[in-house]
Amino acid sequence: MSASVDAITSLKGTFPSVTDRLSSDCPAVDVPTGELISVLKSLRDERAFDLLSDVTAIDWAEGASPRFTAVYHLYSTTSRAAIRVATSCTGDDSAPKVPSVVSLWPGANWHEREAYDMFGITFEGHPDLRRILMWDGYPYHPLRKEFPLAGIETALPDSEIAEETKAKVIAAPMMGGPFVASAGEMNLTDAEPRAKDESWSERSAKPGA
Amino acid sequence: MATDFAFPDSAAKAAGAEQEFAPEKMSLSMGPSHPATHGVLRLQMELDGEVLTKCDPIVGYLHRGDEKIAENMTYNQFVPYTDRLDYLAPLANNMAYAIAVERLAKLEVPARCQAIRVLTAEMARVSAHLMGLGAFGLDVGAWSVLVHSLNQREHLYKLFEELTGARFTTSYTRIGGVSRDIPDGWLNRVIAFCDQFEPALEETLSLLTRNKIFQDRTVGVGIISKADALAYGLTGPNLRGSGISLDLRKDKPYSGYEQYEFDVPVGSKGDCYDRYLCRGEEMRQAVRIIRQVVAKFPGGDWYAKDARKIFAPPKDKILTSMEELIQNFMIVTEGPQIPAGEVYFEAENPKGALGFFIVSKGGGVPWRMKIRSPSFCNLSILPKICVGTMMSDVVTLLGSLDFVMGECDR
Repeated sequence: MSASVDAITSLKGTFPSVTDRLSSDCPAVDVPTGELISVLKSLRDERAFDLLSDVTAIDWAEGASPRFTAVYHLYSTTSRAAIRVATSCTGDDSAPKVPSVVSLWPGANWHEREAYDMFGITFEGHPDLRRILMWDGYPYHPLRKEFPLAGIETALPDSEIAEETKAKVIAAPMMGGPFVASAGEMNLTDAEPRAKDESWSERSAKPGA
Repeated sequence: MATDFAFPDSAAKAAGAEQEFAPEKMSLSMGPSHPATHGVLRLQMELDGEVLTKCDPIVGYLHRGDEKIAENMTYNQFVPYTDRLDYLAPLANNMAYAIAVERLAKLEVPARCQAIRVLTAEMARVSAHLMGLGAFGLDVGAWSVLVHSLNQREHLYKLFEELTGARFTTSYTRIGGVSRDIPDGWLNRVIAFCDQFEPALEETLSLLTRNKIFQDRTVGVGIISKADALAYGLTGPNLRGSGISLDLRKDKPYSGYEQYEFDVPVGSKGDCYDRYLCRGEEMRQAVRIIRQVVAKFPGGDWYAKDARKIFAPPKDKILTSMEELIQNFMIVTEGPQIPAGEVYFEAENPKGALGFFIVSKGGGVPWRMKIRSPSFCNLSILPKICVGTMMSDVVTLLGSLDFVMGECDR
């Protein structure tokens, strides 16, 4: 781990705006969005963090500032050290933005597409920012905190079939968990551990149905 | 890729053959349900004759929203979902997930628990590579390899069933331990398996290694250069096949891997044949590790006894003591209590580095969990390496990358 600590010390010398980030394992830094590309480039070229393990994002829920944080995990195949780099997304909640690192690691392509798909973060400079796990034309970003676990009804992925059948992709009820116990005055059946999100289950009808 | 060709014949020119036979690219869709795509993967290809000029993999057919689900349930409840990532090696996934959460809780599990986990993860590696080889052989026309490997996997499944109660979806680990200790005599049966497996493995590999047809289809096909492998974040046998010695069991040992001696096979050329050789050798090394684990199998506890807010007490205590009953109830309903923090842990799984990035705000439910799946990263290189290969080699290439769509799409 000392290799990554050394890297961070020297990194802070070059980029004074880089600050430590709380972490339970490998050393981590917070980087201002504007300097992200130059910091990552310097980590890759001068400090031998040559493998980009992962790119992902965190949604800190509605009202939080910053709402979205982009997280990069780097690994060095020579010094065997790992480092985490995090940056806050700019832009408002509906359209957060962060620069793309595809120019540094082509492997970031799919990771950034996934983060775009799941959180709606625009990676500026990405060559081909399309949805990857959900289908093209899907209207929501499912990993955002306001998106319900049970899902939201949408049109079928195939517009022709949707038009013909008038069918929709129906969200699944949250039967089977996650289970939590509720305290308070209630009968024994109600006090049993039960599904956290009961907005739609056997007990209560689906809202709006 | 379009080749220049001209009609020198004036008669042909006069007949308008130049326009009629002008080279034209064809688009071809392979999958989502195709035997060579090993699951539901769709390849949108553009062909010039038999040569690919473009390849766009379309993934997500098996997307289940595991990361969203994880944010809504307790840590132990998520263990069965990890089975369904790389469903050919559920035990290795279970272990990777449990260690990630334990790192967050700064919890050390006892040596016996670590040994059980290493043992099961290596057995899972053998099982996953056997399936990978069998399917690869099938893709390039060698039927008998699959039959041999399925036979050996059946022996492994019997051992898994005895240990975990399930053949396929094992859900064996818990945060802070495993679901049960090993049964009596089970280690002897593991060694008996190794004894018969080693010669059987050599026989199976001998069906491919010097097989002329197999070599013709794999040697020099689908070469991934060192630089490309790194740039696209490849891990596991696919990265090592390209000549980069990265094995997290050696580089950042976890769960006591530093006690065991094993070699990390590395390819020289980065073609499909090298990746096959790496997997074959990894199985031999896995058996070597299994023998070492069994030889010095530690006694003592098989779960973290002191972590009273994380690991549920044994059943006999729950049924007889009030304290333990409450403890069990709290862990079951509210989840193991994990402190706030961020952790990223990668384990060397059969397919590559399986990573879990967990953000916790404290309590029994993660705030965010990202699963870094090796199959997803390994597939992302396809648009790069497919260009310029023959259509028939795409099948070889897919087989040699050895991905699992359940893990790729999560």
